[in-house]
Parts: sequence; structure tokens; C-alpha cells
Amino acid sequence: MPNNPMDYYLIDEMFSADERAVRDTVRKFVDREVKPIIGEAWLKGEFPMPLIPKMAELGLFGSTLPEEYGGAGLSPIAYGLMMQELERGDSGLRSFASVQSSLSMFAIYKFGTEEQRRRWLPQMTAGKVIGCYGLTEPDAGSDPGAMITRARKTDKGWVLSGVKRWITNGTLAGVAVVWAKDEDGQIQGFLVEKGQPGFTTKDMKTKVSMRASITSELYLDGVEVPEASRLPGVKGLGSALSCLTEARYGIAWGVVGAAMDCLKEAIDYTATRTVFGQPLAAKQLTQERLTDMLARVVGGQLLAARLGQIKAAGKLTYAHVSLAKRENVRRSLEVARMDRELLGANGITTEYNAIRHMVNLETVDTYEGAYEVHSLIVGRDLTGQAAF
Amino acid sequence: MKVAVLVKHVPDTETRIQVKPGDKKINEEGVTYIISPFDEFAMEEALLLRERLGDVQITAVALGPQKATEALRTCLALGADDAILVSDPAFEGADAYVTAKALAAALKGGNYDLILAGKQAVDDDAAYVGTAVAEFLDLPVINLVTKLEVNKAAGTAVAARDLDGYSQVIEVKLPAVFTAQKGLNNPRLPALMGIMKAKKKEIRTLNAQALGLAPNELGAEGAKVEVKEMFVPSKARKNKVLTGAPAETAPELVKLLAEEAKVL
Repeated sequence: MPNNPMDYYLIDEMFSADERAVRDTVRKFVDREVKPIIGEAWLKGEFPMPLIPKMAELGLFGSTLPEEYGGAGLSPIAYGLMMQELERGDSGLRSFASVQSSLSMFAIYKFGTEEQRRRWLPQMTAGKVIGCYGLTEPDAGSDPGAMITRARKTDKGWVLSGVKRWITNGTLAGVAVVWAKDEDGQIQGFLVEKGQPGFTTKDMKTKVSMRASITSELYLDGVEVPEASRLPGVKGLGSALSCLTEARYGIAWGVVGAAMDCLKEAIDYTATRTVFGQPLAAKQLTQERLTDMLARVVGGQLLAARLGQIKAAGKLTYAHVSLAKRENVRRSLEVARMDRELLGANGITTEYNAIRHMVNLETVDTYEGAYEVHSLIVGRDLTGQAAF
Repeated sequence: MKVAVLVKHVPDTETRIQVKPGDKKINEEGVTYIISPFDEFAMEEALLLRERLGDVQITAVALGPQKATEALRTCLALGADDAILVSDPAFEGADAYVTAKALAAALKGGNYDLILAGKQAVDDDAAYVGTAVAEFLDLPVINLVTKLEVNKAAGTAVAARDLDGYSQVIEVKLPAVFTAQKGLNNPRLPALMGIMKAKKKEIRTLNAQALGLAPNELGAEGAKVEVKEMFVPSKARKNKVLTGAPAETAPELVKLLAEEAKVL
């Protein structure tokens, strides 16, 4: 029997039974509920909203949190496998889950008061409240410390002013985690609720990538929030970045799912597509390309699995995550491009998955720390010299 | 109420089955296992009964090697309260008769009000175990159930069966055995919380001795039928042309692609 291209190096054996069970649940969910509809949703530029309650029912939001907040206490590897399977469906779906769980819920859990946790986390686990994470600004992306959103202390609390851009789920969100600089130049986190006076959101409509994901702008025009809406555990920019480390960890896993989907598609397609009297798969050029794809998939799977082990052992550094995010996204993007090529003209339609994954991964290569930023993070770790 | 659900661990339906020449069983190397899909309907029905009736205790029961605990673990993740694995090396070579006898022995004395099973397992398609378990336990059986309603107070159940061209509604006094047919329900997936909780639930293992079965009742010796030969038929290339109006041939083509070519 030929080796299984989805698990060529028997990496399954590194996972526990419950980790595999989590993966299998999400895999079936994606096959049944996502695959049949995602191409059309992507083309229309819509997030498939009916998936939210279904994902919540399976416990996909906040799944690593303790049970008392509605989580399942998943291991880092189980969480990673969940992200892999979601992104096998679409990067936008994984982004939705990343932002809900690893950015918004994680920020509230890690830096919030017990009252803030009790108020928001169970509703967010249930998918009844969607969260978003307002860090990036029109003129502050790779350099978030340059943000110009301000938090002014008043007798009653705080007044927030500024603009956030590239915010996933912004217009859907019932609660936004907003980062702003106080008058001492310290970065603070706040929970801003939908409908608060002065707080408005607008979708960005011109994307040619990540089309099944909602990306928004947040406008904060003198939004008054009480002190009780500030996240008291925040200690400057490092706190905001620690949430990104969680999300990037999930991305390092997720993109491998997109690459697996492309590899499978390419193997299936070239087995049946005939050219010059033979299946494409019987051509040397095709076989070399498929092997190139497999090598990247296996490399990504191994890197992600080891990253998960390091995280579970409590030895993970943000530089570990940077290297894995940088490598896995770029290699997966290459795999998607190869799939696109192998599928010829069919590769440019949403009837197949290649181009959808390919242009989605262009976003993933840039967001959550651009490829180049991760080079600098790892470079600093190697040399001790900051080169930003 | 107490409900037992019989589940079988079978090769994934997408597996390309291989048999080594001379062997009388499939080559299990690299094969992934699933719960037989008809048993999933049985399990889902047990969960629905609990949602409708409240106090329902669900026990999942399987016969098989240690590996079959995975199927039971899935049932626990779905919400079964506990599980029993009937397992003994002496069962090697058992047929459906032996399997049913052993399962009946495991169920005996459990005071189950309902015993639910799939109408057949998708690996050997014997369609024997549910009925035979009922026979060994001297219980009524209703096969191929597509609807099930339980009247707890009256101690009865009403089951519907879709037959060739007509339907039947049957009432039975509990306890009774029911085998599930496609259409009974729409099985859910185990939620993440359930998977984590299942780790703490108990799976009891019963061997032949615990079941009070004698060695000559087990395995090949106790079996009533014997597999003489097993092989994967060599396929001659077969071209099929569908004729007729597109509205008729298109669904047929989809069916063939899914069921015969297995490419969908």
C-alpha cells in the first residue's frame, strides 16, 4: 500500500488518542460543512455565518481555556491540529477561530479581571459574542509601538481616540480588544463594546485575498469607557504581542492544513487528467513537483508537531514561534502555487481549491508578523543585535 | 432508563481493502478504523432519547481487539456514560454467531430497557448480530428502524420501518432490541469538551472467562460458519454508458461515482 500523503511520516503516532479525536472531529466538520460551501462564500466575499453556531457547538472557540470559562482545556497539539483542519477548509475560517480564541479570548483571560472573564468568555465560547483585536493601524503595522490611538484618563474612566485597520471580524464583533497609548506613553488594553457612543466600524471591501473573512476598520471618536473596561493585567506592548504569539502558534499549524489540501488536490487531479495520452501523474515534471510539495508538507507537519511539544513542555519562546510561522507560511504558499500550476486553467477557478488557498496565503504571509519581521525577530535571537 | 448501544470498529469506508494471498482476513496494515456508520445512527438515537426523556443511562458495548476501545472512546465522547469492551484473544476467528453470543452474555443482567445496534456492520455485512443478540436474550427485535418513540410510563416503544414501497409502524413492550437504518437521524460529531471528558470515563473489559463462556463456544471452534477463501476480485476494465434524459442519468452518474468509483 502506498504511503498516505496526508501523513507520510506517520506523524500521527506522535499524537495522543484524544488529540487525534479532536483532529478527526474538526476534519469531519470541515468536510461536511465547509468544503461544499466555501468556494462560493469566498467568491461572494462573505464569511459563512451559519458556521458560527456549529463551530461553537463543537467547542472550537476558546478550546484551550479551562472548563470553568467554557473551554475544553485542550493541549497545544490538539489546538494546533484543530487549526490545521480549519485551514484545510479556508484560511479565513482559521483566522476567524484564531481571532476569537487566541487573540480576543486569550487577552481577556490573561489580562482581564475575574468579572471581565465571567462576563465575556462563556458567551464567546458559545459563539454568541464575537471578539476582535484592535492593534494594527493604517500607519502602524510591523511597528505597533508607533500606534497613534490614544487613551486619555478622566474622572470617569478613559477616553479613546484613533483608527484601527485590518481588523478581522471588526464589524461582527460585540466586543473589541483595543490597544491604545496612555498619556505616559504606556500601551493599555481596553474592552470596547459594540454600539458605544463614538465607536463605529466599517468593512474593507476591496480585498482579493482572504475573501471569506471579514476585515474591518474601527473608528474610535472620543469613546468613553469606564475603568472597569481596562484590562488591568496589561504591562505595555509586550502584553499585546504575547497574544500574537498565541495566534502565530496556531498559524504555524493552520497553514500546513492548506498545504495538505493542495497536495491532495494535485495528486488527485494529476492522476486523472490526461495529457499526450498519459495521466499527468506519469510525467517526470509532475512527479518532481509533487515531491517538492510533499517535502514542504512533511517539513511543515514536523515543525508544527515539535513546536507543539515545546509549548506543552513550557519551553516555547516567541522566537520559536516566529521561525515556524515564517517557514510554514512561506512553504505552504509555495505548495499552493505549485498546485495552481499543476491544475493548469482549472487552477484559477474556485471550483478547485488551489487559487483560493494561494491568494489567502499571501495574506497569511504578511499578517501576524510579516515574513521579514520574523526574519528580524529570529535574527535578533541568533545575533543579539536588533535590526528592526 | 438504561440503553445499551452495540458498536463495531470497522475499516474506514474509504479504505482500499487488501488481502494477502492465502489469508482469510483483510490486511490491517495502515487501515484506519471508524464506528460502523449504521451503529452511529444507533448511538445518536440513544443520545436523542436522553434529550427527550431525561434520565437515560447509555452504555456503549463493543466486541473486538484492544484497538476497538477507540470506537467506545468516541461513544463516550459523544455522551455515553460508560462502556464495555468484550475482548479476548480466544475470539480470533469468531463468526457473527459467536459475536452475538458473547455480546448477549455481556448484556445479560444489565437490565437494559433498549438495546440499539446498526442494522449491519459495513465490513462483513452479515446483518446478523442485532437479531441474534435478541434471540440469545429472548427479547423482541425490530429491524431497520427509521423512527423510534419511547413511552416511558407505559414501558413501550413504537418504531417505524420503511420497506419496499410501504411503511410499517410497530409497537413493542420493552425491553427490546432495535436495529438502526439510514434515515433514523443525523449523527452529530463529538464535541471537543466531550472528547476531553471521555478520558475520565470508564471502559470495562470483559474476557471470555468473565462472560462464563467455555473455550469451545469461542473463536473458530464456536463458529457456525467458516470462511473458506478471501480475495480481492481482479477487475476487468468495465465501461458503462448511461443512456436517457440528463435529468435521469445525472443522479445515476453521481451515485456511480460515489458508490462504485468512490471518487466523490
